[in-house]
Amino acid sequence: MSTTTERSTAAAEATPGPPIVRVSVPKRNLASELRAIRIVWRRELIRFRADRLRMATSLIQPLLFLFVLGSGLQGLASAGTHGVQLKTFIYPGILCIAVMFTAMFSAASIVWDREFGFLREMMVAPIRRSSIVIGKCLGGATVASIQGVVVICLAGLVHVPYDPLLILGIFGLQLLLAFSITAFGVMVAVRIKQMQSFMGVMQMIVMPMFFISGALFPASGLPGWLTVLNRIDPLTYAVDPMRRLVFNHLTISPAARHALDPGVTWWGWHVPSVLEAGVIVALGLTMLAIAIWEFSTTE
Amino acid sequence: MSENTAIAVHGLTKHFDEVEAVRGVSFEVAPGEVFGFLGPNGAGKTTTINMLCTLAKPTAGWATVAGHDVVTERGDVRRHIGLVFQDPTLDGYLTAAQNLKLHAELYGVQSDLVEPRMQQVMTMVGLWERKDSPVATFSGGMRRRLEIARGLMHSPRVLFLDEPTIGLDPQTRRSIWSYIRQLKEQEEITIFMTTHYMDEAEWCDRIAIMDHGEIVALDAPETLKAAVGTDRVMIQTEDDEAAIAALAERFGIEAGMAEGAVTFGVPAGEEFVPRLFAELPVRIQSVNVSRPTLDDVFMSYTGTTIRDAEEDQSKHRNRVMMQMMSGARR
Repeated sequence: MSTTTERSTAAAEATPGPPIVRVSVPKRNLASELRAIRIVWRRELIRFRADRLRMATSLIQPLLFLFVLGSGLQGLASAGTHGVQLKTFIYPGILCIAVMFTAMFSAASIVWDREFGFLREMMVAPIRRSSIVIGKCLGGATVASIQGVVVICLAGLVHVPYDPLLILGIFGLQLLLAFSITAFGVMVAVRIKQMQSFMGVMQMIVMPMFFISGALFPASGLPGWLTVLNRIDPLTYAVDPMRRLVFNHLTISPAARHALDPGVTWWGWHVPSVLEAGVIVALGLTMLAIAIWEFSTTE
Repeated sequence: MSENTAIAVHGLTKHFDEVEAVRGVSFEVAPGEVFGFLGPNGAGKTTTINMLCTLAKPTAGWATVAGHDVVTERGDVRRHIGLVFQDPTLDGYLTAAQNLKLHAELYGVQSDLVEPRMQQVMTMVGLWERKDSPVATFSGGMRRRLEIARGLMHSPRVLFLDEPTIGLDPQTRRSIWSYIRQLKEQEEITIFMTTHYMDEAEWCDRIAIMDHGEIVALDAPETLKAAVGTDRVMIQTEDDEAAIAALAERFGIEAGMAEGAVTFGVPAGEEFVPRLFAELPVRIQSVNVSRPTLDDVFMSYTGTTIRDAEEDQSKHRNRVMMQMMSGARR
């Protein structure tokens, strides 16, 4: 297939307007797939920028949790927090939930695209379905990370120090989380035809994941059934290492450390932070693979 | 790569569960042709287009578009076709230019040609001045024009238009047809379109009339009309049944009811009218004689006008819906 292009100017004809430009579509290759991924990714960013309201609304709920719940329950909790402010304690969890909300919303755009027909425009393009899914996931992850950065900037308000290493660590973890949650959302969204159903499913999934993850309480000494649920909740593996990172940079008593940052255990074995990050990545990649497979098999 | 046919279709069939949407259609479209698919809603036009665009897999039969098989060479087919769907597929958040650029990126159009090509296609549909406006601010007609421009962004060899003028005002419909004619002059492009507007089908080089998933006639509009051979006479009378009976008895004409009038075909309509008034025992309230149109072609092949066919179908649909709903309640 030749990729040469003729540019013929219809000089002889008196047709007004610009010259006729002929283009050609090359056979698909890796470079063109990457170009397709990039444009799907960029579209998510353009849309996010155009929709500032969404940026604000998806921050309201996490901030309510952080400042209202955090301040309001301070009195009740102070006996058990060994001098650590409740706001500081729940901060990593709130950061995760802010990222999660945005990631889910971004994934929902696949359902919007289906409802408003735009998905068809991408489906008939001469690109792999996987490029569309990957572009969507990267786009959603980027948008969610931007939201995460906004919350990271608020760290000082809840007495979390602006230590470069801490910030970098938190940023990295929330990036992984943003990607995995978007992949999860896309996996669900691919199968759903209507926005209302997607919102319903999300409500059913997001809030339980948030509450069970230990974002608001330490994940030790829980009843057996809750411990099991906590260990299979993917969000647990983002909240826990992030909290450990924050606590590493606080000056607190060993008792407080022990009570508030017990770490996640598998049958009594302490799961290291790196492995926890690995769990998030592995889950994200698995869900991405499922989403691609699902999307490729739809007509 | 075969250059002799733009589209070749053989025995193309599509079943949806129990329903046979398309029942073994075969035809060929030559390069540069404007080929129309005509038929009532639900005749199988969109399903056929979807199979040709690689959006639906045929149950049986095969088809090639721009020399590539629609099942085994989907990617190659997609590179060479442009699509304008019945339902809008633009991103309202993006500007007109952003929509077109996105399309060019998805199709891998050479970066340095994106801008000039965009200017050409947007100027053609008269939207170049509005290129930086968000699509959400566009009217229905402007959106359809933009979709046509977008479908042309990658210089497709075959452009598929599924009901491109449905729901548009007459002025916009006319301008869309002028773009299509302009396109034919400027670019070597084959146009495959569906419509259920009879008057529009006249613009096509050839048309295929589709009814109940089958092609019942295929030829140039003029040839099809000539083949009907009769003028159409529609009369309104005081007693339609008596009029139909009398027509059969005295003139040997088989008349039917169409769009609320007694309708029949005779070779020379104007000359027949005086005889009709003289000899028909039923009082005639009004007479309408017309040269054969594609409506008549449609009627002569299917025994119904396209409008009646659609009404029947929507009645049938409503009935099915009612049955489903009452069944669900039980």
